[in-house]
Amino acid sequence: MILPFFTIIPLLAAFLIAFLGKKIKGLGDFLSSLGTLSLLVLSVYSISEVLAHKIIIYKVGGWMPPIGISMVLDGLTSFMLVMVNLVSFLVAIYSINYMERYTDKYRFYTLFMLMLAGMNGIIITGDLFNLFVFLEIASIASYALVAYGTEAEELEAAFKYAIMGSIASSFVLLGIALLYSYTSTLNMADIARVLSIKHSSYVVPFVGVLFLMGFGLKAALVPFHAWLPDAHPSAPASISAMLSGVLIKVLGVYALLRIFFNVIGINNGILSVLMFLGIISMLIGVILALAQWDFKRLLAYHSISQIGYVILGIGLGTPLGILAGLFHLFNHSIFKSLLFLNSGALDYSLGTRDLKDMGGLKEKMPVSANTNLIASMSIAGIPPFNGFWSKLLIILACIESGKIIYAIFAVIASILTLASFMKVQKYAFLGKLKEKWLNVKEVPRAMQISMVALAIICLVGGLLVMPLFKPFLQSAADALLSGNGYKDAVFNALRQVN
Amino acid sequence: MSEYILCFILFCIGLYCVLRKRNIIKIIIGLGIIEYAVNLFFVLIGYRWHGRSPILAKDQVILNMVDPLPQALVLTSIVIGLAVTALIVTIAIRIYEKYGTFDITKIRRLKG
Repeated sequence: MILPFFTIIPLLAAFLIAFLGKKIKGLGDFLSSLGTLSLLVLSVYSISEVLAHKIIIYKVGGWMPPIGISMVLDGLTSFMLVMVNLVSFLVAIYSINYMERYTDKYRFYTLFMLMLAGMNGIIITGDLFNLFVFLEIASIASYALVAYGTEAEELEAAFKYAIMGSIASSFVLLGIALLYSYTSTLNMADIARVLSIKHSSYVVPFVGVLFLMGFGLKAALVPFHAWLPDAHPSAPASISAMLSGVLIKVLGVYALLRIFFNVIGINNGILSVLMFLGIISMLIGVILALAQWDFKRLLAYHSISQIGYVILGIGLGTPLGILAGLFHLFNHSIFKSLLFLNSGALDYSLGTRDLKDMGGLKEKMPVSANTNLIASMSIAGIPPFNGFWSKLLIILACIESGKIIYAIFAVIASILTLASFMKVQKYAFLGKLKEKWLNVKEVPRAMQISMVALAIICLVGGLLVMPLFKPFLQSAADALLSGNGYKDAVFNALRQVN
Repeated sequence: MSEYILCFILFCIGLYCVLRKRNIIKIIIGLGIIEYAVNLFFVLIGYRWHGRSPILAKDQVILNMVDPLPQALVLTSIVIGLAVTALIVTIAIRIYEKYGTFDITKIRRLKG
């Protein structure tokens, strides 16, 4: 049984680092790298398990669901697990050198592993209240991590983020309370079963709105996005990479999709709301990004815009749209974390994030410059990098379902993204080297390794839609497409165990 | 029904407090009110009129008992609320050290 280890390993690592990290130097580096590596291996192994068994259920403490808590491994779960643990492993390696700038490095690793435990927990849980608890673990760790530098701006951003995040969590809890009062159960599959028997009532749409608000705020969809451009740039770069790369996707997008598609049931109304939110996030995010001069703030606005693409693709509700949306989710986690790690590398070497202040750094920092070029081309959608394939699929899916206008908006947003990243390339890496940067050095080896690894994944990520690797992506899309079939799959698996 | 409406009003008071107040300590208190409103609502869901506590003893037959599950859940949620409040208060104290004020309109170095 591999499922419980996804939360046990990071929790154990966090505990050990918190107690022994101060006494034993280097324990944090070692344990976090080892922990995330073992999680990555486990999550890759889970792919083969899913392909063999379709769905696997673990009963926590041996109690039979729906009374006890269950953990569920299906296609979407293993897809998300691979994404989260891949990015967190590379970020953990990057942090070994990068976090030297801060004091009390072991506290950083404690919070980092707690956040990872929360995210893995959200992904594997099959119980609604359990999801809320893991959501809060991940959120609280991320509030603390945003404030990690304890400078004035970081504290301000963390305060804003914490207030907005707590309100979002309250909405989610209110939704769970209403759903419990209506169905008298907390197990996701059981809720789906009860809802399919009961007559429809005004409670379910109301709960849907509460969840849309709560998880939409965590995912930073446009009307709820105000905290993100402050919070993500203020965190240390490796945490920005985690926040933008995976946290908003797990806490926001994954939870939203799992609940809407598999639990309370999707309908055309919700789908059109999702598409609309996707479109405005996409456009407003990229337009606001154009005017930014702070490198990390620019990237943060692009996160909003790219999440818009994901939501648009999945909101189409067609098999191709969902596949494309999930594909873009994966690709975005790779290139956006790479971009944030690049910004961290610039910050590490130069001590500034202002694009106007840079220039001609290509000759001084070749690894950062080249990996940044690859990531920029990926996010702007230039072939043959992974971003191109997923954006192409999203646009094709829009056309296929007759939403030509949405396809045009997606193309416009893509062009604006390209323009904005040409600005980054021009001001940061090309042009004339400024005199004060003559003694700049390339970043240490461990940081280079993780950036190069992410760049290679950007290059080969497009292969995921090829027939050889497609089952990985397809099984994730199938989990969403099956919709109400989720409950049948869970109950069938439970029956087979007994 | 009226107690649910009162819960909802409490929730709205908390939301108003978070949205409209300028002092960050008052905002934190507003957040607390929101949490209490949600917790109260959760407990009320499991309550039954003249219900007894659901403790099983050997020679007792309990006919009308309250639902214990929301109470267990609310206990968890209160602990989470405590952690969030403690963290936010800590951040607020550090903000006061840096900015010298609790006024949210004067704490705005981030923009764009």
